[in-house]
Amino acid sequence: MKGRIVIVHGNLITVEATDKVIQNSIAYCLRNDGAKLLSEVIRVRGRLADLQVFEETRGLRVGDTVEFETDMLSVTLGPGLLGQIYDGLQNPLPRLADQVGYFLEPGHYVNGLDQEKRWEFTPTATTGNKVEAGDTLGTVPEGIFTHRIMVPFGWKAGWTVEKLVPAGSYTVKDEIAVLVSAHGDRRSVTMQQNWPVKVPLNVSKQRLLPTEPLVTRIRIIDTAFPVVRGGTYCIPGPFGAGKTVLQQITSRHAEVDIVIVAACGERAGEVVETLRDFPELIDPRTGKSLMERTIIICNTSAMPVAAREASVYTAATLGEYYRQMGLNVLLLADSTSRWAQAMRELSGRLEEIPGEEAFPAYLESRIATFYERAAMIELKDGSFGSLTIGGTVSPAGGNFEEPVTQATLKVVGAFHGLSRARSDARRYPSIDPLDSWSKYKGLIDPDKRDRALKMLRRGNEVRQMMAVVGEEGTTTEDYTVALLADFFDNVYLQQNAFDKVDAATPADRQKFVFDKVLAVMEGKYGFESKDQARESIIAVQDLFRNWNYAATDSDEYKKILGQIEEFIANTGAAVAVS
Amino acid sequence: MRKYYDEITRIAGNVITVNATGVGYDELAIITNEKGSSLAQVIRLEGTQVNLQVFAGTQGVSTGDRVQFLHKPMQVPFTDDLLGRIFNGAGLPRDNRPAVEAKRVDIGSPAVNPVRRLMPDKMVETGIPMIDIFNSLVESQKLPIFSVAGEPYNELLARVGLQANADIIILGGMGLRHDDYLKFKNTFDEGGVLGRTIMFVHTAADPVVECLLVPDLCLAVGEQFALLGKKVLVLLTDMTAFSDALKEIAITMEQIPSNRGYPGDLYTQLARRYEKAVDFEDSGSLTILACVTMPGDDVTHPVPDNTGYITEGQFYLRNGRIEPFGSLSRLKQQVNGKTRDDHRAIMDACIQLYALCRESREKRDMGFEMSNWDSKLLRYGEMFETRIMDLAVNIPLFEALDRCWEMLAECFEPSEIGIRRSIIEAHWPKSLEEKEEKKEEELVTA
Ligand SMILES: Nc1ncnc2c1ncn2[C@@H]1O[C@H](COP(=O)(O)OP(=O)(O)OP(=O)(O)O)[C@@H](O)[C@H]1O
Ligand SMILES: [Mg+2]
Repeated sequence: MKGRIVIVHGNLITVEATDKVIQNSIAYCLRNDGAKLLSEVIRVRGRLADLQVFEETRGLRVGDTVEFETDMLSVTLGPGLLGQIYDGLQNPLPRLADQVGYFLEPGHYVNGLDQEKRWEFTPTATTGNKVEAGDTLGTVPEGIFTHRIMVPFGWKAGWTVEKLVPAGSYTVKDEIAVLVSAHGDRRSVTMQQNWPVKVPLNVSKQRLLPTEPLVTRIRIIDTAFPVVRGGTYCIPGPFGAGKTVLQQITSRHAEVDIVIVAACGERAGEVVETLRDFPELIDPRTGKSLMERTIIICNTSAMPVAAREASVYTAATLGEYYRQMGLNVLLLADSTSRWAQAMRELSGRLEEIPGEEAFPAYLESRIATFYERAAMIELKDGSFGSLTIGGTVSPAGGNFEEPVTQATLKVVGAFHGLSRARSDARRYPSIDPLDSWSKYKGLIDPDKRDRALKMLRRGNEVRQMMAVVGEEGTTTEDYTVALLADFFDNVYLQQNAFDKVDAATPADRQKFVFDKVLAVMEGKYGFESKDQARESIIAVQDLFRNWNYAATDSDEYKKILGQIEEFIANTGAAVAVS
Repeated sequence: MRKYYDEITRIAGNVITVNATGVGYDELAIITNEKGSSLAQVIRLEGTQVNLQVFAGTQGVSTGDRVQFLHKPMQVPFTDDLLGRIFNGAGLPRDNRPAVEAKRVDIGSPAVNPVRRLMPDKMVETGIPMIDIFNSLVESQKLPIFSVAGEPYNELLARVGLQANADIIILGGMGLRHDDYLKFKNTFDEGGVLGRTIMFVHTAADPVVECLLVPDLCLAVGEQFALLGKKVLVLLTDMTAFSDALKEIAITMEQIPSNRGYPGDLYTQLARRYEKAVDFEDSGSLTILACVTMPGDDVTHPVPDNTGYITEGQFYLRNGRIEPFGSLSRLKQQVNGKTRDDHRAIMDACIQLYALCRESREKRDMGFEMSNWDSKLLRYGEMFETRIMDLAVNIPLFEALDRCWEMLAECFEPSEIGIRRSIIEAHWPKSLEEKEEKKEEELVTA
């Protein structure tokens, strides 16, 4: 199937087709120097097809040939995805660098999986087994995981295993099984298969309500605005507020099996940081390098815009694939606004009727469908897998009343809004505790959590009043509330990302510390003067701060705990330790 | 034998439409009439209709003019002969010297493969304490100066250019006033760096569209030098003028604007340029310092806003000083841990104390009583402003750190500044302590 270019407008081209054209299929534009540029059909009108080109269109001419394929934009799934650094179209960047050098020249594509590497395959099915899409035929060890080799997800039901290779070492190209259908249709299975990125991949018994907390080890998240496995959350914030750093910390410490980092239209330098650091960092839970549980999808802001749009789908598909193996996957997308902007650029070229701020009318539904790909599922074999999605949002002017933030807030389960005031004051993570919310239940008893947050709110009110009437016009009681609210913020909600211990607080420690913090906050004080109140609270604040830096159960930790308990006992607090 | 096309069917804004075939997207054309010729670039192809953006503007272009396509994108000659030369936004000499003949390179090269980038880790010393101590500039960083019109941002750029110790300095002027252009020239001349400087200057008097090419020309040349192992510093002023030119073209092309008239791809357009900042594996580096004027001092204006989302921090220039609050070098932690052991401590302490000083000033202005502590802070604040913040201050980093210690010792007790004991013991100015002790002794004996 061929066609000829009739219009070139940025990364949008219109092609006159001589034959049938399939919506969302891929095509290659043949540039006159021989380069083939990957593109995707996004609209068909009569014999005219509009295509978005995933490369710079420099040099394309009216009359140039376009070759249409029947496949949709797809990724290759199989062992060897972990630890990779891909562009938005699943080209491994290190291998592109070996082939093409410093620059990402258009028209170079490399297979997403190493075709020569051998994997130790162990069959789990046997010949004669009745199988269907997603059933496991065998496994290979991939780093610390057992990678399931599954019946291709598009093959539905009604297959019988006719042949299965014995245990041994195979490449992803080798045939490992032959399946035959009821009608005698015979197909070969290898360890790799393709899946179209824009179609959600979910072959399961059922989709469950996500309730199991996803521990990020970031206190303000786990305690105050929790995320759950299979849930969704977003992090909107003005530039420089700390979205990327927050996701970087999460990608290191989150208690999940696999993390997929989708750097979508952001700085290349930030990706370099991750890809140079991760191989050196040891995951304490596995003893292996963090890179072994990570996949980086990187389509930075200088890379072609259409591929930026594809990159979040590529990331979601890889996440769904590992979910099919009964693993817990976390997808971190930075920034979904750049993806939305890619849609806006294309929509403008398509001359569609624009919505607010020139975003297309389908912005909301696209955002909703993307986050819908997150889920906790029960697989057919009774095991569970999850894909959690967390996306940053970069609102224009830092104002959350804009289309992307608003559309995202409608569909996510938790909102971690970063505030400029907090980041300016270097109160990190700069999640605004007065503005953020979560619909999920976390580690901490919701009643206790609410009590702490209520106190924070009251403290804030007192501070505002105090700015007008001064300290003199505030009662000692109110003043104490403000101090205790600050205490909660300083020693618990804020966390020092650069301290070895404080950077990550495991669930048990969080619960334990939170109870102590709450006990201090709910203590009965009856201070006689503001000075006394300040001195006393500052002293206990200092204790907690040092406690945060002390390794769990170290001597220092125990010593400070003793002092804290003494303080609590002396306040005559209604100590509500569960 | 080159083909000419003379069927110009539309002239609007800075864009013309001509009937032609075999034309590649993004390629260059020359429009010629009896008065002269002008460069243009293909921005849309539809059948035989070719839309061209005319760099010199369409004033005086007639339907009878001839268009010749060059079948290549905009290019720039690349050679050491560029050093010391000055060009306009179309890449032609503006220094009355002959054109440079050399191998030509395409502008707007593809993105650098991220795996071939290095983590930035070399500090660029500028002699400006507000930068060196508090927000260190790092090789391969991209950093804008946010400022309102009227602030000495160009002077600041020129100074950094002079003092940054780069192998090659490339200045890109967009919408530059002629006076400013001459000032840059004089500064670089007096500073003795003109011989390693290249300027691409579009002045306010030149056709608007010509400024669109300036960043690409600078960055294409800079990238080539960096690939040869050079440390390149690119200074771009003013990126708001560049963005306004983008806006003008978008409106002519009847694109639907996204925000205050700016096109929806403003972020992408700016990012493509800023992301050229790079530290190449096994080769040189390119650092970008840009100036962004903020219309109405509004940082939420689309140009500074989009810029902030792209760059690695920003400097706010206000009242002739680099603001300590809001200004941020996101790469500073890559370098300030290995300069001197007190660098980070001084950085934090001085800013925290200055923040407290501002609070005290507010309290004072509201008529609240000043405590002894407030008075100390007020005294410190003034000192900090004149001895450190003032842009006239021009001292090396270590001297600046020592100066901070002296200031702290003059105003505070060691326990009041929130710095770890061990660092204080190593750095608290001895001479001063001794002086104080002597004074005390004198008092006692008297
Ligand atoms: N948790 C943190 N601890 C210490 N510093 C932080 C933290 N978070 C952010 N910062 C500081 O703020 C800077 C900007 O943070 P970050 O890059 O995450 O911002 P961002 O919200 O992603 O901005 P943009 O939208 O421009 O990408 C960092 O370089 C760092 O200096
Ligand atoms: Mg970021």
